[in-house]
Amino acid sequence: MIEFLVKRVATILPTLVFVSVLIFGLQQLLPGDPAVILAGEERDPNVVAYLHQKLHLDDPLPVRYGYWIGGVLRGDLGESVRTQQPVLDLIVQKLPVTIELAVLAMAIALLIGIPAGIVSAVGRGTAWDLGANAFALWGLSTPNFWLGILMILLFSVQLGWLPASGYVSPLEDLRGNLAAMIMPAFVLGNAIAAVLMRHTRSAMLQVLNADYVRTARAKGLSERAVVLKHSLRNALTPIITLGALEFGTLLSGAVLTEQVFTIPGFGKLIVDSVFNRDYAVVQGVVLVTATAYIALNLLADIAYFAANPKLRGRLS
Amino acid sequence: MTAILGTASVATVDDVGARVPPPGAWRPVWRKLRRRRSAMIGLVVVALFIGAALFAPWLAPFDPIETSWSAIRKAPSAAHWFGTDDIGRDVFSRVVWGTRASLLAGVVAVSIAVALGVPIGMTAGLVGGFVDALISRITDAFLACPFLILAIALAAFLGPNLTNAMIAIGVSATPIFVRLTRAQVINVKVEEYIEAARALGTSPFRIAWRHVLPNILAPVIVQSTLAIAAAIIAEASLSFLGLGQQPPAPSWGSMLNTAKNYVDNAPWMAIWPGLAIFLLVLSFNLLGDGLRDALDPRQR
Repeated sequence: MIEFLVKRVATILPTLVFVSVLIFGLQQLLPGDPAVILAGEERDPNVVAYLHQKLHLDDPLPVRYGYWIGGVLRGDLGESVRTQQPVLDLIVQKLPVTIELAVLAMAIALLIGIPAGIVSAVGRGTAWDLGANAFALWGLSTPNFWLGILMILLFSVQLGWLPASGYVSPLEDLRGNLAAMIMPAFVLGNAIAAVLMRHTRSAMLQVLNADYVRTARAKGLSERAVVLKHSLRNALTPIITLGALEFGTLLSGAVLTEQVFTIPGFGKLIVDSVFNRDYAVVQGVVLVTATAYIALNLLADIAYFAANPKLRGRLS
Repeated sequence: MTAILGTASVATVDDVGARVPPPGAWRPVWRKLRRRRSAMIGLVVVALFIGAALFAPWLAPFDPIETSWSAIRKAPSAAHWFGTDDIGRDVFSRVVWGTRASLLAGVVAVSIAVALGVPIGMTAGLVGGFVDALISRITDAFLACPFLILAIALAAFLGPNLTNAMIAIGVSATPIFVRLTRAQVINVKVEEYIEAARALGTSPFRIAWRHVLPNILAPVIVQSTLAIAAAIIAEASLSFLGLGQQPPAPSWGSMLNTAKNYVDNAPWMAIWPGLAIFLLVLSFNLLGDGLRDALDPRQR
């Protein structure tokens, strides 16, 4: 186990270095002098000169990267040009909202995707299978911002059941919070449910043909026990790991969903900072996302490894 | 389909009797594809959209950017089939013209990703060793950034317009092709015909071009079709956020961005462009799934 961990971490370190180079490199894409762009519309020469000094713009590129990564490693992601707040603080402020949205969306995705996948695998070739596959195709092909607008049209405008926007903290008003979050969570969860359904279906189809499932059937166990106890439990491990890898889809989707429902989260932060030309915030958001993705990947790998004794001999 | 067939006939030219598909090897693929009704529906709908993009000037009854203060937010009617928008433009004409931005973005972005990803992936797979390790780690780094977030960041730094959005989407989609190509090359390069070509003193470039590439094309084609679907959604997303096609030029994503402010009194503004994205993306997905079954049954 330790050997596996060491090997896994050893491949992560260079990846992290390249992630940081990539994100640092984004700045080089800005046309012209970054200080002039960052100084805003007035282009005050004093501000430009100050920014040059502060961002070490007159130093060679590798030195600038050194300053930047040094700051990042100390938890200093720079500060927002708009609000003068440290980027990390901004991210930490917005993160809980997006995490709540992501957790709710994932719960919805699991609740829809896994049962749909099971039904579709067990009833392969039946109308149920066809229906579940149609649902998956719909989930993968619908732009989630459009789905969001349609849901607002139906549930907020026509029926008046749910608010179209207006985030409330769950600590202030839990009911209000859930009412505001249910539509965005569904919109976000829908696409992931589709992916989970497809994975569950193929994992279940594989397991349902396995010898131990045949044995279970031969023992005279009920079909329900065969499917839920013997098959699903074994199919679940890869599904859960794949679920962790959907984290990126979740965050990408959150950017659009938060925009449609005006939820003040992580996704709205990156879009707002793009329009405010607040490049340090954009970089910070991408860096935090990528690092979180790598960390989650590692956790998923460890979980997979720990849950599957057969792998232990092979990988280490 | 003709484009795919064209590529294949070039790729089958062979000089040492390698086991590459002989001319006409794509015919059974086409036959299998034709039997799949959903793939055929996808193909027909994609063709219809391509037609709409090509013949937009003749199909659209109105100028897509001409405003009319006497026709603001008019519901669908005989004159304006899909209604009009907040400044009196004809929604149907804008949807028809918007097809150009979406299809162009899908095809150009994926072409960028294939043009970058396939050679890089082949290099990694064929050269191996340090080069492979380096390319793989860089690919991991790109893949660690969620697709759309990377595209947003790239579009933000490059500046918001359709060309930059296509570049951003193409670059963000590249690592998937690098990884796919590398994996395929590693499978293919141990085959005997590659060994034979090498023994005959064929240059590495020739081996890569004549012997390896034709044998890894099938999964690349499947992935490209599915990637076009993803790229169309990505372009619509960037335009929706204001980072793609800039107004007043018509694009489905930016139409939805405006439409969301008028959901309560002009819902048709939101319904049609969204439906267009959905149909086009769905068709590419159907076609991609069908191609996968026909070309590469192992991936299913």
